[in-house]
Amino acid sequence: MRDKSLTEKLLSPDVLAPFAVGIVFILGWDLLVRIAGLPPYLLPGPLLVIQTLIENWGDLFSSLTVTFQITIVAFLTAAGSGLAIAILFTINKWIERSLFPYAVVLQTTPLVAIAPLIIIWLKENTFGALVLCAWIAAFFPILSNTTLGLNSVDRNLNNLFTLYNASPWQRLIYLRLPSALPYFLGGLRISGGLSLIGAVVAEFVAGTGGSKSGIAYQILIASYNLQIPRMFAALLLVTGLGIVIFAVLSLISDALLKDWHESAVNPNQ
Amino acid sequence: MLTAQRLIDPPHLSSVFGDSRVTSSSAYSSSTSYKDVAPTVILDRVSKVYPSGTIALQDVDLSVKQGEFLSLVGPSGCGKSTVLGLIAGLSKPTQGDLQWAMPEFRKDLAFVFQDASLLPWSNVEENVRLPLKLAGQSKKQTQQAVTEAIALVGLKGSEKAFPRQLSGGMKMRVSIARAIVTQPKVLLMDEPFGALDEITRNRLNEDLMNLWRQKRWTVVFVTHNIYEAVYLSTRVAVMGVNPGRIVDDLVIDAPYPRTEAFRQSPEFGQYRRQLAKALAEGME
Repeated sequence: MRDKSLTEKLLSPDVLAPFAVGIVFILGWDLLVRIAGLPPYLLPGPLLVIQTLIENWGDLFSSLTVTFQITIVAFLTAAGSGLAIAILFTINKWIERSLFPYAVVLQTTPLVAIAPLIIIWLKENTFGALVLCAWIAAFFPILSNTTLGLNSVDRNLNNLFTLYNASPWQRLIYLRLPSALPYFLGGLRISGGLSLIGAVVAEFVAGTGGSKSGIAYQILIASYNLQIPRMFAALLLVTGLGIVIFAVLSLISDALLKDWHESAVNPNQ
Repeated sequence: MLTAQRLIDPPHLSSVFGDSRVTSSSAYSSSTSYKDVAPTVILDRVSKVYPSGTIALQDVDLSVKQGEFLSLVGPSGCGKSTVLGLIAGLSKPTQGDLQWAMPEFRKDLAFVFQDASLLPWSNVEENVRLPLKLAGQSKKQTQQAVTEAIALVGLKGSEKAFPRQLSGGMKMRVSIARAIVTQPKVLLMDEPFGALDEITRNRLNEDLMNLWRQKRWTVVFVTHNIYEAVYLSTRVAVMGVNPGRIVDDLVIDAPYPRTEAFRQSPEFGQYRRQLAKALAEGME
């Protein structure tokens, strides 16, 4: 039964349509390169990119794991701190009023501009510096989404909890947090991609070499050396990781919301 | 399928009402019966003005007698729901006094909201359990009460369903089960059946009436439907707008159990006309 629904899922328009677009895009790309006779240092064909990826898999993949570590630590820290601070905001409106503008400042300051500073300040701990940069990119959507969710509790349900003398703690656990869950998960989906971007941007600025260099460093070096196919291969890996992160977060979100939230409800159920 | 079920199955009903049916119908057959009954809650010249300056209620005098089924009827914006909110303690009167003649009743009240107001992330069972859970009782302690309340509203078999899988009528039944799971003494209902179709509404009316007769709650029932009010209530208070006030207070002197025959009777029509007249006056 489950297998059948999985096959059905894979053959559904949701999967087939983007897959077809991808095929058309790659074919078009290949044709363009062949017909226009573009040299690989301008635009390598898709086959060459794949070939380069396979040849350099060891190098590139180990770099990707470095970037992935930064991303995942930053993402989890952002999720935890975003949730905790959002809860703090709802406990006391004054905390929200005094701190929220600074959260906005954090969000609107260009990461590229402050990343060098952070890397200089934390020069003893490059990993920490890169995580901090990625955290700055990922933190705000979770905070703002979760705060919105915690404040979007149905008024009648709020009255109901008042009527039954619910403690603030009960109200938080049984009412506000579940109400905020779809918002929080929406924030996570945005922040998953942003923490990857944050990590890559920070790596670009840091330019760390040596064995512990991330995928951004590989892209940078490849572009300096005009190894454009290698650059594309690295880019492909980053993009792939971004898609995987998004897909995993979507699956988690759907699993948590499938019983009750419109965004995840299966219409055939 | 489940919407067709009754709040109480007929065999169960007969056992519940076995002896009491006769006495209860005779007790309610006379309008004087509630004159001697002690009031539960008294509103004494109560006014409510919202911060925006809107006068929701002005000088409302209302005494809710113990065990009566009191309906508040009135057009939109007459402050029916405000009265209910005041009784529930969800807001405070700006002027006047709201007194509980029996303070112990104050803790034993339950509220049924206009839209069922269920927790969408909890199934039927957990929704019904909520008041007991908030009172700090464990799952084990509450299981029997929850099962009973669900059976009483005719939702046996739907314990694990989520609110989105239920029809409007079933959601309202869950909401009623949640209200009665605490064994309340006072039941406040804010247009509970306003959004339901007529057949479902009639069925729920009948089931509510049976439950009320069985459980002896004091019910304050807000509606804008005159038919519903006459059919269910021992007394109907008519409210008027601008400002919200009580314009008429009518005892519905008809025996229970009330049936379709009562709806067709001339006295039903008379009550209805009298209420409609009072409503029209209240609009002026």
